[in-house]
Amino acid sequence: MPNTIHIPTPLRPFTEKNESVEVSGATVGELLADLTKKYEGLRRHLYADDGRLRNFVNIYLNDEDIRYLQKEKTPVKPGDSLSIVPSVAGGVGAGLQARPGSATSDLSADEIKRYSRHLIMPEVGVDGQKKLKAGSVLCIGAGGLGSPAAMYLAAAGVGRIGIVDFDVVDFSNLQRQLLHGTSSVGRSKLDSAKDRLVDLNPLIEIETYETTVSSDNALDLFKPYDVILDGTDNFPTRYLVNDACVLAGKPNAYGSIFRFEGQASVFATKEGPCYRCLYPEPPPPGLVPSCAEGGVLGVLPGIIGVIQATEAIKLILGVGDPLIGRFLIYDALKMRFRELKLRKDADCPVCGTHPTVTKLIDYEQFCGIRPEPAAAQATGASVSEWETTSVDLKKRIDAGDDVFILDVREPNEYQICRIPGSVLIPLGELPRRYAELPKDKDIVAHCKMGGRSAKAQEFLQSVGFKRVKNLRGGILDWIDKVDPSQPKY
Amino acid sequence: MGLQLKPQVDAAIRAHGTETYPDECCGALIGRDGVVTETLALPNMTEEGPRRRFKVRPQDYRAAEGRATQLGGELLGFYHSHPDHPAQPSQTDLDYAWPFFSYVIVSVREGVSGDMTSWRLRGDRSAFDQEDLNS
Repeated sequence: MPNTIHIPTPLRPFTEKNESVEVSGATVGELLADLTKKYEGLRRHLYADDGRLRNFVNIYLNDEDIRYLQKEKTPVKPGDSLSIVPSVAGGVGAGLQARPGSATSDLSADEIKRYSRHLIMPEVGVDGQKKLKAGSVLCIGAGGLGSPAAMYLAAAGVGRIGIVDFDVVDFSNLQRQLLHGTSSVGRSKLDSAKDRLVDLNPLIEIETYETTVSSDNALDLFKPYDVILDGTDNFPTRYLVNDACVLAGKPNAYGSIFRFEGQASVFATKEGPCYRCLYPEPPPPGLVPSCAEGGVLGVLPGIIGVIQATEAIKLILGVGDPLIGRFLIYDALKMRFRELKLRKDADCPVCGTHPTVTKLIDYEQFCGIRPEPAAAQATGASVSEWETTSVDLKKRIDAGDDVFILDVREPNEYQICRIPGSVLIPLGELPRRYAELPKDKDIVAHCKMGGRSAKAQEFLQSVGFKRVKNLRGGILDWIDKVDPSQPKY
Repeated sequence: MGLQLKPQVDAAIRAHGTETYPDECCGALIGRDGVVTETLALPNMTEEGPRRRFKVRPQDYRAAEGRATQLGGELLGFYHSHPDHPAQPSQTDLDYAWPFFSYVIVSVREGVSGDMTSWRLRGDRSAFDQEDLNS
């Protein structure tokens, strides 16, 4: 008993206007072969030059897409019917491919050699490799996360990689930022990164942007890229990148790292949540230390950055299950991955149904890093009233003033360097140990750079200490200006 | 050969393009003998960013064919918008094109619908040929 194939409207001119055709065979592939034998004109529209079904041709066995069965090898029973169902698609430019026409440009002999391990996988193949070649990713930061991500993206043949950074390579970067080597210390990270990436793969384009991402430039920077890879280490930039991705309609391959724990997700796709759906408000400044303050295991960004690169590549290829609506948490100490489900928040101020954030805002202010001018005026307090400098502190110590120096860092930081005479109470212990502090003395709180000690100062004021100042720039500033003999970290 | 759009069809395509701006819209063209009498607006289900892409799911395609049959007409093709781009078919449009369908493209600039063109795939899939569009 023959099987029938339902023919869609645009192919009926090839089948003498028949809506269905009777064919025979034991598998879906055999039925299709019988069909194209009968009606040769169909072949070009169903099959690509390499003999595979075109990706916009959907074949349904009864009501099931054969992609979820055994594809063309799916066996058929008498009476089963096949339907050819078109995917209709298109759009401006070449979609994910920013450069029109490049998706169809052939791979060179060099490219075929270089990418052969991709080409022999059906999920990538020549078509996928061309998509990668036509694809583009903008890496925000050439640091811990940006290093492995950019290197693997370059090696994989992503055609255009942009990098935004403004920093220079420091010795303390080398423990994890593998784009940069010892000989690059003191060089611009962009120059160092470009050299490394061009050496890895000279067949792709590397664009560098020596700037910080800001509300003024983010949308312009993001525009020519398909995917944005967030490798930033601070909250203002993280919210800025998120909001700009939502506004620009670009997926955000997100990652973050701290000490032994990493996180990754894909935010800001049309159907999925954004970073603000997860965290509508930033944490209070100083509460969550940065890697510079809290440290990070050197291999951790290697894992998370490569997860981000994997997601970026999957988005470009259009394969697999992206980390959309899923928040991956990796614990290096336990060597365990956990996954949280995320939902798009209908009330999200950026990507919700009635967004209130429709253009980029001042993210430093949003994250409380710079007080709102109005608030500062209202309290009559200038910022400097609650701060002191390393030089002034040194003068007071030399003059014999009885200043209580409170170090709120962790004990292991205290072992590296310290201000003579300081007392160590880590920030986390302060709420139960503040009674150890004198109320009748001036207290100068410090940490590594001034973030945690600002938090400490705020806390101490809230429990009645009136004479607390924050050491601006922390112990790093002290070492720069007062005591260069101590090591910096 | 050309494609004729009934005035309400012309208006519906333009309105749909404006409504979804800055994203692309898409829908089916239903009619008979080169005259489009009805449109069926379809959801843009692209996973690659609706600003520059559109995609009609297989089930929506089937719904469009079903609607055409129900109306005693046939599916003549599809329309979509090009936000802030000219009404010219792209490489992607060509890669995904089906023979004998009319592909109507409306350019929507800053939310305002402008040029509208119609295209058909050449027999060897090498290019699109523009067809006359009357409304």
